[in-house]
Amino acid sequence: MSYLPYALAVWIFVVGLYGVVTSRNFVHLVVCLAVTQSSTYVLLLAIGYVDRGTAPVFADVPTGTRAVDPVVQALTLTDIVVSVTVAALLLALAIQVQRRNGTMNPDELNELRG
Amino acid sequence: MDVLVPLPVAIPLIAAAALTATGHFLGRRADDLVALAASAATMVISLLLVFQASDHRLAYWFGGWRARHGLALGISFTVDPAAAGFAALAATLMTASLVFSWRYFDEVGTLFHVLMLVFLAGMCGFALSGDLFNMFVWFELMGAAAYALTGYRVEERGPLQGAINFAVTNTLGAYCVLIGIALFYGRTGALNLAQIGNTLAGQKPDGLVVVAFALVICGFLVKGAIVPFHFWLADAHAVAPTPVCVLFSGAMVELGLYGVARVYWTAFEGVPGAHAGGLTNLLLGLGALSAVVGGVMCFLQRHVKRLLAYSTISHAGVILIGIALLTPDGLAGSASTVIAHGLLKGGLFLCVGIVLSRLNSVDELVLHGHGQALWATGTLFTIGALGLAAPAPFGLFLGKSLLEESAAEHGYWWVAPLVTAVTIVSVAAILRVAGRVFLGLGAAEDALLSPEPDEEREVERDPERSSVLMLVPTALLILAGIGIGLVPGLEPHLQHAADVFRDRHSYVATVLQGRIEHGSVGSLELLQLPAASVAWSLVSLFGAIGLAALALCRHRLVPERARRRTHALAGGGLRVLRSVHSGVIGDYVAWLTFGVAAVGGLLAVVLR
Repeated sequence: MSYLPYALAVWIFVVGLYGVVTSRNFVHLVVCLAVTQSSTYVLLLAIGYVDRGTAPVFADVPTGTRAVDPVVQALTLTDIVVSVTVAALLLALAIQVQRRNGTMNPDELNELRG
Repeated sequence: MDVLVPLPVAIPLIAAAALTATGHFLGRRADDLVALAASAATMVISLLLVFQASDHRLAYWFGGWRARHGLALGISFTVDPAAAGFAALAATLMTASLVFSWRYFDEVGTLFHVLMLVFLAGMCGFALSGDLFNMFVWFELMGAAAYALTGYRVEERGPLQGAINFAVTNTLGAYCVLIGIALFYGRTGALNLAQIGNTLAGQKPDGLVVVAFALVICGFLVKGAIVPFHFWLADAHAVAPTPVCVLFSGAMVELGLYGVARVYWTAFEGVPGAHAGGLTNLLLGLGALSAVVGGVMCFLQRHVKRLLAYSTISHAGVILIGIALLTPDGLAGSASTVIAHGLLKGGLFLCVGIVLSRLNSVDELVLHGHGQALWATGTLFTIGALGLAAPAPFGLFLGKSLLEESAAEHGYWWVAPLVTAVTIVSVAAILRVAGRVFLGLGAAEDALLSPEPDEEREVERDPERSSVLMLVPTALLILAGIGIGLVPGLEPHLQHAADVFRDRHSYVATVLQGRIEHGSVGSLELLQLPAASVAWSLVSLFGAIGLAALALCRHRLVPERARRRTHALAGGGLRVLRSVHSGVIGDYVAWLTFGVAAVGGLLAVVLR
């Protein structure tokens, strides 16, 4: 197993962070947050990967068949569920920001200085 | 009696689900009653668990999937006095703020109660969990409920921005935690804290484990509002409904720090090597920085909720200092500070809520002299502020004294003067507010304070509103916070709780081998009053009163030239500090990235 998936996870995380930091639009910002999050999927799945392993479904296969780790897949699913909630909430807030302020640019909001 | 263990999570979640399904038909008061009953039941059960856990640590396995042969396949709640105590504190504050909300809100939908209950379940679950991945899930659950509560008044601009800043920074913190957990899992094949700790113990620390640990604690420090991860906190507090702020300041922030301590002592403490000293220095530095930045920013605010929020950052720094010492007394000091600060700060926020509902503002300068009719609220507010100044033997004194003694014992002589100094500054700011608002002291103009663009419109102004139901929980919280140090036997119990918390071997034995290890609490003795601590407490009390008086009357007390010179000297630094807190989410995330890189880099250096 190569280091490629790990490098990819780091790359996605950093790219997503860069997007969040430089974002000029709340929808773009939420999508960048989702990009950051997808690095955790790559990392989790890479950790559970087994060379030439099948899916961890143990019906109709002989015992002892090599299979990838089901735990990290469960973690990934939980991670998706939890983060979709947050993304949905943030998008709802973004719509409300557009309605109240007429802008989606985080830099143009100045309710909370100092 | 193990059946009690999952109830602090199950009760609020079931009540929340029931309210979601039926709340629209029941009406406001029924919602209030159900939420209050669930929260009070959670409080009672958590308190029972504290007593049970002070005899022996409890491990509860969901679905009966116990650990076999040192392998944990199931998911556990592991309850020691600190875990149950945190659940009890959160439930107590929740009960108080729900009683307060009874009269506070003119109109409030079922969703508010549902979110509050889910928030409570998240906090209890995080405190009780014995499984690292479940800590992440509860962390996100309490986060999601908290973001929604922050933005509850979606009709206004401030809450939207505050909620977005809060949600984005904390979600990124949660991703850091998750990556750390994934790396821990990759190295140990375990998610249960006891099993992770058992596997890592005795192994040489490799880079992967250090990175995993750094990411996990950085994620938790975001929730713990430690500089440079603290920016979201003031924004969220400034705009969240006041009863919600009680929970944010009193329990949620401290839970972040609890997470750091929990992961260190269960998973990482057994890793050999000279990591203790390096980790102490790193966390001490972060704690001291937070204490100072929080204290100074606190003093510069005129928005009272923001001011109290910065004071929370300052106290979070002090609590982290206690944890950073890695000593039993330091940890006991932190625990005592968490309890007293949570109760007092909760009471102070409720006082601000009363002021807001009667006078329709939380701006110190706008309120100048207008609070004179609210003498009961003013008295409680002042008592609460004085309690935060740690006067022996009340309020924060026990915690401050324990951690100062412990720091001095280990050669950190600067901790006592530093903690005293930041206490003086942050308490003086609160006393200044009390003087201006409730007594009409000082000038109605103050060039030192940040300009405030927006006014709060949280509830309709109603001077005739009966405030008894708002005053009772406020008074109870403040008096409990003041009197907590006088409870006989609190100190030995806290020390016992700290010993249990730090004992990794007995943790592993209970969780993985199912062994019950009885502990004993030291004899019930009267509160110790070490001379040095009493002296520092007098300094902080009178220093805070003096500084508040100086801030209010400086145009009379200090000559014009001296004032100009101080402004010229301090002005530049304060401007920089203020401009850093820009309210722009991109800046916050840049600081967060910098913080994670810096903490990770330093840990890699010190843990080698």
